[in-house]
Amino acid sequence: MSKTLIRGAKVLGGDPRDVLVDGGVVAEVGTGLSAEGAEVVEAAGKVLLPGLVDLHTHLREPGREDSETVLTGTRAAASGGYTSVFAMANTFPVADTAGVVEQVYRLGRDHGYCDVQPIGAVTVGLEGAQLAELGAMHESAAGVTVFSDDGKCVHDAVIMRRALEYVKAFGGVIAQHAQEPRLTEGAQMNEGVVSAELGLGGWPAVAEESVIARDVLLADHVGSRVHICHLSTAGSVEIVRWAKSRGIDVTAEVTPHHLLLTDELVRSYDPVYKVNPPLRTERDVMALREALADGTIDIVATDHAPHPHEDKDCEWAAAAMGMVGLETALSVVQETMVETGLLDWAGVADRMSFTPARIGRATGHGRPVSAGEPANLTLVDTAYRGRVDPAGFASRSRNTPYEGRELPGRVTHTWLRGKATLVDGKLT
Amino acid sequence: MQRHLISAADLSRDDAVLILDTAEEMARVADRPIKKLPTLRGRTVVNLFFEDSTRTRISFEAAEKRLSADVINFTAKGSSLSKGESLKDTAQTLEAMGVDAVVIRHGASGAPYRLATSGWIDAAVVNAGDGTHQHPTQALLDAFTMRRRLVGRDAGLGRDLDGRHITLVGDILHSRVARSNVDLLHTLGAEVTLVAPPTLLPVGVETWPCEVSYDLDATLPKSDAVMLLRVQRERMNAAFFPTEREYARRYGLDGERMARMPDHAIVMHPGPMVRGMEITAEVADSGRCTAVEQVTNGVSIRMAVLYLLLGGNETALTHARTTEEK
Amino acid sequence: MDTHHRQGDQARPEDPRSEARPVLEGPDIARVLTRIAHEIVERAKGADDVVLLGIPTRGVFLARRLAAKLEEITERAIPVGSLDITMYRDDLRLQPPRALARTEIPGDGIDGRLVVLVDDVLFSGRTIRAALDGLNDIGRPRAVQLAVLVDRGHRELPIRADYVGKNLPTSLRETVKVLLAEEDGRDTVLLGAKRATPGAHP
Repeated sequence: MSKTLIRGAKVLGGDPRDVLVDGGVVAEVGTGLSAEGAEVVEAAGKVLLPGLVDLHTHLREPGREDSETVLTGTRAAASGGYTSVFAMANTFPVADTAGVVEQVYRLGRDHGYCDVQPIGAVTVGLEGAQLAELGAMHESAAGVTVFSDDGKCVHDAVIMRRALEYVKAFGGVIAQHAQEPRLTEGAQMNEGVVSAELGLGGWPAVAEESVIARDVLLADHVGSRVHICHLSTAGSVEIVRWAKSRGIDVTAEVTPHHLLLTDELVRSYDPVYKVNPPLRTERDVMALREALADGTIDIVATDHAPHPHEDKDCEWAAAAMGMVGLETALSVVQETMVETGLLDWAGVADRMSFTPARIGRATGHGRPVSAGEPANLTLVDTAYRGRVDPAGFASRSRNTPYEGRELPGRVTHTWLRGKATLVDGKLT
Repeated sequence: MQRHLISAADLSRDDAVLILDTAEEMARVADRPIKKLPTLRGRTVVNLFFEDSTRTRISFEAAEKRLSADVINFTAKGSSLSKGESLKDTAQTLEAMGVDAVVIRHGASGAPYRLATSGWIDAAVVNAGDGTHQHPTQALLDAFTMRRRLVGRDAGLGRDLDGRHITLVGDILHSRVARSNVDLLHTLGAEVTLVAPPTLLPVGVETWPCEVSYDLDATLPKSDAVMLLRVQRERMNAAFFPTEREYARRYGLDGERMARMPDHAIVMHPGPMVRGMEITAEVADSGRCTAVEQVTNGVSIRMAVLYLLLGGNETALTHARTTEEK
Repeated sequence: MDTHHRQGDQARPEDPRSEARPVLEGPDIARVLTRIAHEIVERAKGADDVVLLGIPTRGVFLARRLAAKLEEITERAIPVGSLDITMYRDDLRLQPPRALARTEIPGDGIDGRLVVLVDDVLFSGRTIRAALDGLNDIGRPRAVQLAVLVDRGHRELPIRADYVGKNLPTSLRETVKVLLAEEDGRDTVLLGAKRATPGAHP
C-alpha cells in the first residue's frame, strides 16, 4: 500500500502536524516529515480527526434497497467522514439471526468504503416477545455486540431485563429505542404547544423519559450496561445525569437533528421534518447541547434513516419517519457545538469517534492519531461554509431537513485503514 | 389568506368581516325565485372528500351550484384512493382535468395545507375539514350565526363580535371545529372560554387565546353563546371519561342549565348532535338552539368564500381594494 | 357607473385631479331629476306601476331622489329599491372580486311592473346589460326602462337610455365623476383628464 503524507493538519484541532500513513497504519506524526515516496495531501488549516464512528445507521439492505443499500449507505458514510457504521437491525428480513448479520457485514467489507458493524435485533422480528439468538449473532463472523429493536421499543420490562442480563455473558449492550407504546399511539409529533395548534397526535416527552428511567434502574439492578438511542428531551438528560451520578452503566446518544431543529418546523406540515423521536422544543435542544458538552450524553449518532421520495412527498400522517444524516452530521455538530464554544475539536473526536467505538467495541476504530494506530482518518475543511444540496448526496435517498440551509465545514478526505475513500470531497 | 382557505387563523379581522358581509348578501339569493347566480359560470370545483361527511359536502355543493360552478364530486370510497393512490397523484389527476378549485376534506391534519403549498397543483384549495386541525368554513358560519343573533342581521354588517362571550363545550382535543372557532372568534374580538374535562383538552391549550374552565355551571351565566361539540361514544373506551352518564351530568346541556344562561344567549351545535350526551332533546329542539340555522348559513358562507376566492382574477382577501377611474 | 372604468365606492376626498371641472352643479342636478320625473309620469301614463331600481352606489341615491319627486307629482308612494349587478358583470375575471352591495327588491316584487333602472353615468352599457341579466333572475317586469344622470357616449352594446339628465360628449381620455351629497357631501358632476394609474386594471 502506498504512502500518504498529510501535511500541516491541525490534529484534533491542535497545532499543525504532518501525519505519515504507511501500510494502513499511522507511521509517524511530527513536523517537517519527509514526503519521499508518499502522495502529499496539503492540509494546512484543516482539522484531522480519527475516522468517525456512527453507532446508529439504517442501511436498509436487505429489503428496502429502493431507499438505501450497503453500498450507497457506506459511500454516504465515507462522504461524511465515517470509517465505521453500526447498521440497525430493522431490515427485511430483520437482522435477528446470524445469517442476516453476516450478510450485511460481508457486504460492507466487500464494498470497502466503510466498515459495517451489524446490530442484532433484541427480539425475534422486533416483536418484543421472544429473545433473538443474541449469542449466535455475537459468535458469528459479524461479532455482534450491540443489540437493538430500534424503530420499536423493547417495552416489556421482563424481556428488557432478560436481554440486559443475557448479554453480560459476552459484554454486549442493549441499545434501547425508548418509546412507551401506549402513550404514543397515533403520535405524529412532539406533544406540546405546536401539536395542539396543528391537530397532530402528540408524542409526549414522558413516553421517552419513563422508559429511560425504568431501563437505567433495570441495568442497575442486574448489573448490566444499557445504551439509550437518540435521546431527545431535557427530562431524559436529567434522568441519565442522575443515573450516571449513581454509577449506573448507561451511555446515551443524541442525533444531529435533535441538536439543531425544533418542532416549530412542523408548522410547514412538510414530512421531511417527521422523525422518531420527534423534533422537540428549543428548551430541549439547549439541554441536549449542554448534556453533550458535559458528557452526560456520550456520543452523537446520526439515526441516518433513508426513505424514498414518495414516502415523504405526501401528507404528514402518511409519511415515513426519519431523516438522512451521515453526510451532514459533522457540519451540524460544528454548527451547534463547536461554533457555539461548547466543544472543541478534541471533544468532537471524543463524541463522534473514540466513545462510540468504545461503546460498540469497534476494534481498530476510534483510536488516537498516533504512530502505530490504524489509519482511519478524516480531514475536515472547517472554514468552509455552503448550502446543503441533496442532489450531491451519495446516499440513495434525499430526505434531509437541511436542504438549502447554510452549514459550516466539509469533509474533504477520508481514509479507511490508509486507503482513501474520499479525496477532495469526491468518493474514490 | 391568500389564494386558499386553509385555516381560520389565516384570516385577518377585515377578511373575516368581508366574508360575513358577503354571506349576508348571498343569503338574500335564497329568498329569490331563481336561487342562482352566474358568478362562477365556466369554473370547475371538485369536492374531494377522503372522509365521509355528507352534510359538509352537500353544503359546499349547494353553494357551488348556486354560483353556477361546474361541480365534480370525488369521494374516496370505491375510487382509486382505496387502492393506495396517493393524495398527490389524485390531485394531479384533477389538475390535469382543468380544475379551478379543490374543496378537500381529509382525515390527516395538514393535508389541505400540503396540497396548497407542495406545488402539486395550481388550483385554489378550500379546507373542508382536516383531521383534528381546522374547519374554517364551519367557524365562519358559526360566527355568521352569532353575529346575526347577537348583533343583528343588518346592524351586524361591517361589525365583528367585539366583547361577546362565547363558550365552547366538549371534546376540544379531537375537534377541528374548536380550533377554528378559537382562532376566528379571537380575531373577531370575542372572549372565548373552553369547557371540557381535562382529558379532552390538548396539552398546550394554555397558549391559545382563550380561557379554559372545567366548570360548565360557572361559565353559563356570562355566556352570550354556548357551542356544544359532539362527544363520540368511542372516547369513553379510551378512558377520556368514565361513562356517558357522568359526562352528561358534568358537561351536558339540559333545560335546567340552559335556564342559567342570559335570556338573549343562544345554544349552538355544529352537528351531528348526540342527544342525551352533550345535549338533551329539550335543548336541541328549543328556539334558542341554532343548529338548523347553522346549516342554512353554511351555504351562504361557502358561497361567499367561493366568490371571494374564485370570483375574480385573484383573491379578494387581504388585498387592497383597487380603485379605477371612471 | 360603468363596468369598465368604475370609481371605487370609497371616493377619495382629496382627489388630486386638479383640472377636473364641474359640468353640472347641485341646482342643475335637482332640475334634471325633476324633468326626468315628469318624463316618467308622462311616458308611463301616470306611473301607476313604476318600480325604481337604483344601481349601487350612486344610482341608488338618484333612484330615491327620483322616487321622492314622483311622489310629489303623483301623490302616491313609489316603490324604490336597489339592484347590485356585481355578480352579473362580464369582467369579473379581470379583477379581484368586489365587496357586494345590497339588492333590495320592494315588497310587491317586479312581476308585471314597469321597472326603471337608475344609474349615474351611462358609458359602455355593460353595467346595464348585467342589470338586465340580474332582473331576469328576480322576476318578469312588464317593461324595463333606463334613467341616467349623464350619458357620456362610447357605447359597446346596443343599449340606450330612456331618460337622460345630460348628454355629455367626452373623449376616452376623460373621466366623468358624479358626486352626491348622500355619499360625497355635495352634488356635482366633474369632467377631468384620466390619470395614468399603474395599479388600475385595464
